[in-house]
Amino acid sequence: MSGNGTGIGASVKRKEDTRFLTGRGRYTDDINLPGQLYGYILRSGMAHAKIGTVHTDAAKAAPGVHAVFAGKDMEGVGGIPTGWLIHSKDGSPMVEPPHPALALGKVRYVGDCVAIVVAETADQARAAANLIDVEREELPAVASIKAAEADGAPQVFDEAPGNVCYDWEVGDKAATDAAFEAADHVVSIDVVNNRLIPNAIEPRAAIANYDPATGEYTLYTTSQNPHLTRLLLGAFVLGLPEHKLRIVAPDVGGGFGSKIPHYAEEAILTWTAGQLGRPVKWTCDRIDAFKSDTHGRDHISTARLALDADGKFLGLHVSTKCNLGAYLSTFATCVPTYLYGILFAGPYTTPAVYCEVKSFFTNTVPVDALRGAGRPEATYLLERLVDKAASELGMDRVEIRRQNFIREFPYQTPVALQYDQGDYDATLDLALEASDWDGFEARRAESAARGKLRGIGISTFIEACGIAPSAVVGSLGARAGLYESGSVRVHPTGSVSVFTGTHSHGQGHETTFAQIVSDMLGVDFDAVDVVHGDSAKIPFGMGTYGSRSLAVGGTAIYLAVEKVIEKGKKIAAHLLEASVEDIEFENGSFTVAGTDRSKSLGEVALTAYVPHNYPEGLEPGLEETAFYDPLNFTFPAGTHVAEVEVDPETGEVDLVAVTGSDDVGRIINPMIVAGQLHGGLAHGIGQALMEECVYQDDGQLETGSYMNYTMPRAADLPSFSINHNTTLCTHNPLGAKGVGEVGSIGVPPAVINAVIDALRPLGVHDMSMPATSQRVWQAIQQAQG
Amino acid sequence: MDEAVAALGGGAKLIAGGQSLLPVMKLNLAAPTDLVSLAGVPGLADIADGGDSVTVGAMCTHTQVAGSGIVQARIPALAAMADGIGDAQVRNAGTIGGSVAHNDPAADYPAACVALGATIVTDRREIHADHFFQGMFMTPLEDDEVITAVRFPVPERAAYAKFANPASKYAVAGVMVAKRGTGVRVAVTGASGDGVFRVTEMEEALEDSFSAEAVAGIGVSSHELLSDTAANAEYRAHLVTVMAKRAVEACG
Ligand SMILES: Cc1cc2nc3c(=O)[nH]c(=O)nc-3n(C[C@H](O)[C@H](O)[C@H](O)COP(=O)(O)OP(=O)(O)OC[C@H]3O[C@@H](n4cnc5c(N)ncnc54)[C@H](O)[C@@H]3O)c2cc1C
Repeated sequence: MSGNGTGIGASVKRKEDTRFLTGRGRYTDDINLPGQLYGYILRSGMAHAKIGTVHTDAAKAAPGVHAVFAGKDMEGVGGIPTGWLIHSKDGSPMVEPPHPALALGKVRYVGDCVAIVVAETADQARAAANLIDVEREELPAVASIKAAEADGAPQVFDEAPGNVCYDWEVGDKAATDAAFEAADHVVSIDVVNNRLIPNAIEPRAAIANYDPATGEYTLYTTSQNPHLTRLLLGAFVLGLPEHKLRIVAPDVGGGFGSKIPHYAEEAILTWTAGQLGRPVKWTCDRIDAFKSDTHGRDHISTARLALDADGKFLGLHVSTKCNLGAYLSTFATCVPTYLYGILFAGPYTTPAVYCEVKSFFTNTVPVDALRGAGRPEATYLLERLVDKAASELGMDRVEIRRQNFIREFPYQTPVALQYDQGDYDATLDLALEASDWDGFEARRAESAARGKLRGIGISTFIEACGIAPSAVVGSLGARAGLYESGSVRVHPTGSVSVFTGTHSHGQGHETTFAQIVSDMLGVDFDAVDVVHGDSAKIPFGMGTYGSRSLAVGGTAIYLAVEKVIEKGKKIAAHLLEASVEDIEFENGSFTVAGTDRSKSLGEVALTAYVPHNYPEGLEPGLEETAFYDPLNFTFPAGTHVAEVEVDPETGEVDLVAVTGSDDVGRIINPMIVAGQLHGGLAHGIGQALMEECVYQDDGQLETGSYMNYTMPRAADLPSFSINHNTTLCTHNPLGAKGVGEVGSIGVPPAVINAVIDALRPLGVHDMSMPATSQRVWQAIQQAQG
Repeated sequence: MDEAVAALGGGAKLIAGGQSLLPVMKLNLAAPTDLVSLAGVPGLADIADGGDSVTVGAMCTHTQVAGSGIVQARIPALAAMADGIGDAQVRNAGTIGGSVAHNDPAADYPAACVALGATIVTDRREIHADHFFQGMFMTPLEDDEVITAVRFPVPERAAYAKFANPASKYAVAGVMVAKRGTGVRVAVTGASGDGVFRVTEMEEALEDSFSAEAVAGIGVSSHELLSDTAANAEYRAHLVTVMAKRAVEACG
């Protein structure tokens, strides 16, 4: 790793910039196929209803309409599958009800797909959908966890009594109970993790085509993981073999988890294209996106922390209820379990940890991964609880954390994970310094002089990225592997194409991965291009989520480059008439050790493709593929500090400073890493202060547009202080950990802890997310009686 | 103008900046057969200083009003109010005529018009603000009537304080306070589903003593106020008082 001007460690401007900043991106909706028709999805306006006949004659007769299909037409086609089988405490498998792509018999949420209208134009399809008459009988709905678990609650599925999908646990309950018996102090907390709507800037879209000449289907779709979609759509829904189903996810404008799942619309479009023998295109509008993109979070938890007299953590007990929505989306079931419960050691040495999670069906949009997926929920609970413990025991918030930090690695937690490496003191110290923690009281006084209440909050956290290894996740119920593929093709003249099974939808992989390859091979950065997103071009892939792309996908590429170098050495040895063991590769040259005799990579590549003078028995060509299955998760960690100023008269919270101090492992491109942190922090701040998906009791989505669903805007955010202290991951050769979700995981509890810190003088000791001005004002009113 | 008026009637509708009409159409709440744009009608985007009044053409965008030297000099509160509408895109497209004609209960202009005692000028008559804003989305405009300008008397002092909805940026509680001679007007927008209303108790208190303390203790009843995800009625009522106080303070 030489680290030249464009190599590992350099803030190279993104290869993607020209395309994205000058309007040359090619998104799904930019793709038009000859003879295409437009699909419009008619969605349920009721949260829960029996549906009888869907009368489509009038719509079929409307101008421009080619076809209308409803649930009965697709009967017999497979339902939308889910990717992870969870077992309950008693060993029984979760309840896994069918999810027909087009509703059959019942609709279960506002937004559920009822019919597709296919017409010459999008407007004709939409207009004709108004003519569809659905016979329906409204049923009472359950729109929240509380409603779902109530006695006599309406049932979302007959096969799920009490609306329970599973009742899962992790950790040693007996040991945890014992820890509480031995405790000097027990601190408990109730928290809600607010439901969020992901809001990628590009709405979902798809265009499907069927070629009767080859029998091949092609689906262009807004996906973070085209191969996974191929697997689910091909093998489970349509029964198509891989070589007859091509999935292309071209430029994708943000995903945040909401473009992981295989959606009903993808199945409906692909099937419809097959029925009609013409391409069918669909683009979701923003209003429909609110009620059909998977939502995130939505937990209610109660937790207890056992401590000894000195504030040492002895045990943690967490009970969580979570809302899965109306159907099981692709990763819905594992997010609140294997991406949540196993995080509860945090960065602390708590010897006994137990977490139980009961998940419910409700008449709401299906819930799935959203930036952080499980780890923000766990971190929020733990860091709120630790702050509360400090407050109740009269301890310093920083010292109680420091006192419980893990300092010896590898560290086996009581909840399955083994942390390989970290230095939590270092990131904490850096954060305290960068945030001028010690100077806070002066700033508080200055604010008070202006009639404002200032507060500072902290969170020290770890997270787990690059979920792995495949054998372990398989034993825990995953229905797919979690490895990644990378291929490196050195062309005859020495330029390089890299093929990755990860998918870039804002992460800048085309740049980061090119930096790695160019650095390792000693070729020009501009001579390396990265290809992703097309199942016809990439050997295989699991896609991008869980901050896995660099640690898992980057490593696969790294290993493929190593194979290329190994082969290159054989060719160079032959050309240089030396033995392979004597060939060294550095800065793009194969050299006989201790001599000045060398061959450039270009010469070796040309020889590989024009093998006139070539080692006997060696295959021509210079292209290698590696599949990498990680040995473990990676564990980014850090400290986030937030500082707020509250207007006690209106309850408005002004976020005045945010400091991130992160250990994300090896940094390939600092600028891209800063960008990922900025985005993640904005997302986390959105959750803490603004975003909240609200359903009415009858299952109508109240926050169904930007009129009342508040997204963070640039003007709402302070300039972030971003700091790093790096320890390398020990089990991948890049030493990479992950950064895409860090901000949204670490910062929410820091913000809420800061708000509580500001309000504590008024007698406020609790605050829910989002800390809107109304909520803060009400808390002040209550505290002041 | 005659052409525009003639084209109205039937299912046709006027379009100015489209910042209210297009969202309504997207939601399928309106489906006009034709849109008649005022963009090509000359003289509708002028701002004129008439001595004791300022006349703002109906097609003036919020950006234009916010940046107008005349408005800034004569009625700075109005320029500041226009500068606080929505976001830059909305301000660049949306117009005073459209805003007044739409009479959204959370829009800012109605509070300015009522507090300042403005007159709405149309192609056929003049209507005082007191008679113009008749409740949510309700005005005395006829189907083919076109607003040409709004005329604002120049106040002695005026200021607008707004608590914005964090999502939409519309007013949750917006209060315009204006003083002219011995009269004071306090007009509130955003808080009531019926649209802009005056708080006479505050007006009387300010006429006695023009100070923030004079209104600090005066609350509006939460009974008739809106409740939504941003603010319930009780919080809104509280915000009305706080914004009134801040508007008075800002009057200097
Ligand atoms: C995201 C967003 C945020 C916003 N925030 C705010 C805010 O904070 N405060 C605020 O006050 N407003 C806000 N608005 C509304 C904005 O100010 C609009 O500009 C205004 O409501 C309508 O003006 P327009 O020119 O766009 O009218 P249009 O949308 O074109 O028309 C609105 C209505 O008025 C009629 N009309 C238009 N011109 C005339 C005329 N000259 N004579 C008679 N009838 C006419 C039209 O037929 C239509 O019925 C916001 C809008 C958006 C989209």
